Amino acid sequence: MSFLELSHVQKSFGIVKVVHDFNMSINEGEFVSFLGPSGCGKTTILRMIAGFETPTGGKITIGGIDQSGLKPNRRNIGMVFQAYALFPNMNVFENVAFGLKIAGKTKPEIEKRVKEMLDLIHLGHLADRYPYQMSGGQQQRVALARALAGQPKVLLLDEPLSALDAKIRVSLREEIRLIQRKLGITTIFVTHDQEEALSISDRIVVMNAGIADQIGTPSEIYNAPSTRFVAGFVGTLNIMTAGIENHEGRAVRLGGKTITLAQPLGKPGDDGKVSLALRPEAVSLHPTGNSDVAIDGRVINVSFLGSVIRTRLDVEGQTMSFDTFNNPGLKPPAIGDTVTAHFKSSDVLVIPG
Amino acid sequence: MNAKRIWSWFVVAISAFYFIMPLVATFEFSMRMRRGEYSFDAYRSVLSDQQFASTFGYSVGMALITIVMNSLLIVPTAYWVRLRMPQLRPVIEFVTLLPLVIPSIVVVFGYLRLYNSSSFLPFTNSDTGTNILLVFGFMEMSLPYMYRSVDTAMRTIDVNVLTEAAESLGAKWHTILFRCIFPNVLTGVLSGAFISFAIAVGEFTMPSLLNRPAFGPYLALIGANKAYEPPALAIIAFAMTWISIILINITTRLQKGAAGAR
Repeated sequence: MSFLELSHVQKSFGIVKVVHDFNMSINEGEFVSFLGPSGCGKTTILRMIAGFETPTGGKITIGGIDQSGLKPNRRNIGMVFQAYALFPNMNVFENVAFGLKIAGKTKPEIEKRVKEMLDLIHLGHLADRYPYQMSGGQQQRVALARALAGQPKVLLLDEPLSALDAKIRVSLREEIRLIQRKLGITTIFVTHDQEEALSISDRIVVMNAGIADQIGTPSEIYNAPSTRFVAGFVGTLNIMTAGIENHEGRAVRLGGKTITLAQPLGKPGDDGKVSLALRPEAVSLHPTGNSDVAIDGRVINVSFLGSVIRTRLDVEGQTMSFDTFNNPGLKPPAIGDTVTAHFKSSDVLVIPG
Repeated sequence: MNAKRIWSWFVVAISAFYFIMPLVATFEFSMRMRRGEYSFDAYRSVLSDQQFASTFGYSVGMALITIVMNSLLIVPTAYWVRLRMPQLRPVIEFVTLLPLVIPSIVVVFGYLRLYNSSSFLPFTNSDTGTNILLVFGFMEMSLPYMYRSVDTAMRTIDVNVLTEAAESLGAKWHTILFRCIFPNVLTGVLSGAFISFAIAVGEFTMPSLLNRPAFGPYLALIGANKAYEPPALAIIAFAMTWISIILINITTRLQKGAAGAR
């Protein structure tokens, strides 16, 4: 049986239903990310696990114990907030020691544990500092140490990196993952940043309008999105429609070419066409050993993104983007040029619905 | 120095003159008790008056009780309204403004009608009962200032997130209130407390009509019967107000963490 179980969890605020029948099992020590746009219900689920919101329906169990009716201070859950939430009147030591004092630990126990925690986040030398004397990244690390000090059963992270600058975000997310692996604590991480979710999670829950659209490993989510929303939300994706030539034979017509797909076509849309998705990195300007499709298109935009150059083509009225590595020796195509895009038919995904 | 700067300094000088001159004049007059030379006789007379010490001591005692009661009532109320009933904020703000439009004489007559010796709650029958009524009156009079000070201080911290953080660490509501919230709104509490102190010490109507031996009626009595002592008292009162303001500033600066973060 899983460690953290969410069964048919629902939540409404008045007449607005923000979480619809959410089901998920999380194993002990697993790192799960809730990914989705603002207002999709990901934070509401986290807050229900923490006990700050009461589910309208369903059940949440942790370690087999039903959490219904348990107040947040009785759940033994560590939480890290987007706004750090360090107590401004307490220094780093006192902040980390707060939960331990509440739990009635002795002074030597508290000192030992706080030191361990501060060493874990490499901030032992800042024990006497107050929150306002530290950077955002340091404050969030202290918040993490404070949440972990009481050895909680579950660690909840509510967009902990959103308020930090890009470089700190990357280093801190790696640090969070490292600490989580070291302690083996079951962790739920809420984010709207797909790169964050893909880089540190064991599994990702992609949420849309209160529903879990897809639950899977980062690789499954990225390479095999199960809905159009997931396909569009996670990574950059070319979504195109294609006419069906042979439904059973999986043959479609795209860019004047017939392509035989690896995936079954599923149910066509009302217009009798299917939606196809193709990652920009799956397309190249030159044929590769595996590419079996070549489509001509007219260049309509070229964007320099640093390490890569993103080129947008017009393929019979539909837009297809592809990325090429920035090579100073090679001139990128110019707007108005006609180029041939090469890709593998097996890289083309059929998007349901 | 350009014309704009000269003009600015001119305005500052005029304002300072307007503010300082009456004080200087009052101080100068208070020193004239001894004919033909300046002396502190008026101050000596005031400070050696047994009634000064007893009325001032009484009013300070009442003021301190008012501050403690106000803090215990207003901090949890402002906290609870911000945390759980934000939709009630306009109502609470309106209620806290009512003391500004209800004269204290109306409140006292209300007291006397409701709590007189023949009522079912005869507070005015005893000194303790009347003192309790007086403290309630002072609390009501300082409510607009105290509530606003505390509420403004709460606006500078994220009450909801701090509460949730403390709850997730196992804290119960009284721990959250007194260890996580109260220290961070202490500046506001102190600002409100000093204003409450000034109101309670200087109030005339309520203690006078409730027949309490307070400093306000004593000030009025001295003013009506003596010449040099009233300006000496005014200067003493002014000095106390300034000391209070300096104390607010020092407390704000010394308050660790929360003050520094702002």
